[in-house]
Amino acid sequence: MSIMGTRVLRTEDPRLLTQGGVYTDDLRLPELTGAAYVTVVRSPIAHALITGIDTSAAAELPGVVAVLTSADMPAPPEGGDATAEPLLAADRVRYVGEPVALVLTEGRYQGEDAAELVSVDYDPLPAVPGIEEALTGETLLFPGTESNILATGTAGEGDDTSFDGCDVVLERTIVNQRLAPVPLEPRAMAAAWTGDRLTIWSSTQNPQLARGAIAGALGLDPALIRVITPDVGGGFGAKVAVDRDAICVAWAAKHTGHAVRWIESRSENLVGMVHGRAQRQTYKIGGTTDGRVLSYRLDVVQDCGAFNRLGAFLAQLTVLMAAGVYDLQHGGASFRAVVTNTTPIAAYRGAGRPEAAAAIERAIDDFAAEIGMDPAEVRRINVVPPDKFPFTTATGATYDTGEYAAGLERVLAAADYPALRAEQARRREGADTVQLGLGISVYVEITAGDMGGETARVVVDDTGAATVFTGSSAHGQGHHTAWAMLVQNELGIPMESITVVHGDTDAIPEAIGTFGSRSLQLGGTAVVQAAGVVKEQARRLAAEMIEAAEADLELDTARGTWQVRGDPASALSWGQIAERAGPDGLAADARFDASAPTFPFGAHLAVVEVDTETGKATLVRHVTVDDAGRILNPVLAEGQRHGGIAQGVAQALLEEVRYDPDGNPLTSTLVDYAAITATELPSFELVASETPTPINPLGAKGIGEAGTVGSTPAVLNAVIDAVSHLGVRHIDMPATPEKVWAAINEARAAR
Amino acid sequence: MKVAISVNGRQVEAEVEDRLLLAHFVREQAGLTATNIGCDTTSCGACTVLLDGESVKSCTVLAAQADGHEVTTCEGLAGADGRWHAVQQGFHAEHGLQCGFCTPGMMMAAVSLLAENPDPTEEEVRTGLEGNLCRCTGYHNIVRAVLAAARDGQPAAEAS
Repeated sequence: MSIMGTRVLRTEDPRLLTQGGVYTDDLRLPELTGAAYVTVVRSPIAHALITGIDTSAAAELPGVVAVLTSADMPAPPEGGDATAEPLLAADRVRYVGEPVALVLTEGRYQGEDAAELVSVDYDPLPAVPGIEEALTGETLLFPGTESNILATGTAGEGDDTSFDGCDVVLERTIVNQRLAPVPLEPRAMAAAWTGDRLTIWSSTQNPQLARGAIAGALGLDPALIRVITPDVGGGFGAKVAVDRDAICVAWAAKHTGHAVRWIESRSENLVGMVHGRAQRQTYKIGGTTDGRVLSYRLDVVQDCGAFNRLGAFLAQLTVLMAAGVYDLQHGGASFRAVVTNTTPIAAYRGAGRPEAAAAIERAIDDFAAEIGMDPAEVRRINVVPPDKFPFTTATGATYDTGEYAAGLERVLAAADYPALRAEQARRREGADTVQLGLGISVYVEITAGDMGGETARVVVDDTGAATVFTGSSAHGQGHHTAWAMLVQNELGIPMESITVVHGDTDAIPEAIGTFGSRSLQLGGTAVVQAAGVVKEQARRLAAEMIEAAEADLELDTARGTWQVRGDPASALSWGQIAERAGPDGLAADARFDASAPTFPFGAHLAVVEVDTETGKATLVRHVTVDDAGRILNPVLAEGQRHGGIAQGVAQALLEEVRYDPDGNPLTSTLVDYAAITATELPSFELVASETPTPINPLGAKGIGEAGTVGSTPAVLNAVIDAVSHLGVRHIDMPATPEKVWAAINEARAAR
Repeated sequence: MKVAISVNGRQVEAEVEDRLLLAHFVREQAGLTATNIGCDTTSCGACTVLLDGESVKSCTVLAAQADGHEVTTCEGLAGADGRWHAVQQGFHAEHGLQCGFCTPGMMMAAVSLLAENPDPTEEEVRTGLEGNLCRCTGYHNIVRAVLAAARDGQPAAEAS
């Protein structure tokens, strides 16, 4: 029986469970003996001119190796992009947490002592703490620009979306709040310059992209840089490549000649690592009173934070995916990307797609409430039917495959939706204090949308063991287990004889790495293709050795042997063939470039209880279909769904990065930022569904982010549904007790 | 100051700064790096160890306070014969870990929880682990892992 699609427990676990992983700060390598600890001096003020930096007191403290500022760095080229992001701030800071100086110390604890002694003179400027203030343009972040809007774009009918023929048209502006990714391991790096080469250990999702970014920033030949990823304690998009803080650490190693190591504190992480989401969205939805949605448009203002690292790109994804799962006559979307005096925005689990789903799934419920129809029924009427795929949406995305209505029906059946509606009606009639809300989302998202391809190398040695070098870069996903399954299936070499190597640019020079739920469909396919080439190499050699025609040979994948068809006595082992082949004789590289992205989809039903006296919403059940095509290992796929769902629920109910009007962060510790805990979640009810894609030979789509895309709108819709009979039509995320309570009371007052 | 702390049954003596945290003592002086540090406000629980058999967040205990006491970390969970603790077996069988960073602390919190309540309900497990954050698993399989450990590390009958 093939191992594909079976429940295989992880090969990664034994090490992690007994000795713990080796994360960057755990490294005890000879190259890092005596490494100096780097502490980053960060701006405590949102917007200011730097009028002076005095490092003398810090430099005199015992144990201080060096204090470095932008003055120690090569000056940026004249006449460059006025909005470009520096490495260390030179004459101006634009967000609290922006790196201003580095302190290198012999001891770990000396770093913070010394950092406190670095004296920076700031001349405060008016702060732009959010989207509203950015749009007024009264204060500009970048001298020489005319506005804080750095990019704009449209999709579909854009500004001219037609609402002709609609009985009902609704328009509403909603918040998709700023979130902190909070990987449990903060950012970390170690670096050693050994005279002619820079070796970097980095907690990154993409060692090869990190190498390129560091080479570019430091003006080094990429061949002079080796990036290694030790174990990585979560990334969620926020550890794509490297950011300026980490590049500064690499620069410090080269500049001083000292080996260095750096791990940020959580308080630094919550202001220094990128944030996600941060959109103001205005939707307009129109349709007929019998439930047909004819037109939809979405206008986004994307807060990029202080620099446009990825903000405009995320907004582009949002407008591309704006039309969701619906077959619309008219649709359009637009975005404006603005800069503010806040931490820069970049990818966080979903990265642009949860924002699109949150808007249209909220709009659909809003429309359903307006026309008095069950939101499940509105979705049944309007989702793209299966016979229309491949389907190009009103906002220009071409979906590969989808069974949207079937996904919805599976979830409704698994949850017993009619019984839940009956229970809701009973509580409403009884005017119970604790009301029940049901929230639905039917979603689609885009994965492997970057079109960068991925690499793999498979080698079989004369012991019959295989080694897989993969361009994908795991940080919890279980790639080592998954890739070994693929090779066992292809070559018949047992998983326990397969080693997977990732995250070393010397061993794997060309790769993209892991983001955008791309790994199995691109990296996994490359592994299968490399193994396929090795198989043909082995076939030719085995034919020579057995003196048989290649066409008469077969690989017995159950036993891992080659033989003349039907003649087990002729069997040759992988080891025997590899011995004949010589060193690297059985080895192949592959690079898989997909012809198009893939579009996972699904349906979520959230069941929420709302205490109408306190406003507290509690998620009591969460039932989902998350269809990511063919599943390689349900254990891993379910794990990805669980984690994704939880992060989506967190956005709906709890988490939000907040700033005061002066741009001071109010959520810079885990006491203030409400990272979701075990007590705030139920166990999830997962319904299986596999609709293969033709885009890659595995039939696989990405599963890493789907749960997040689906759960946020379902949970928010459920909270609002719980109190809709009281007159509440919308609550912005996160639906905290304070906001829910206020919404209930405002609705009562309005009546 | 000089401290002597038993870590996983091994006596570790060192001259340390008064302000040294137990978490750093375990990682630097004892050389055991499974215990991770994920925050600076005693919020995340990644650094949870057992101090005289009870779970503590080792980022909020000074090494000096542990002087003369016994500390157990993730590395000390398995038996001398290498046989895994029921909690380790449960985490493996139920896929209760992904990136692994929270896992040592989460397992030590679970060991302490099960010592106090050997047969917890799902809700009791969730409440007992409230002080330990995980960003990967959504806690779903961690809860199952702890329940499985309570049943001697046997996986649950139905998988979902």
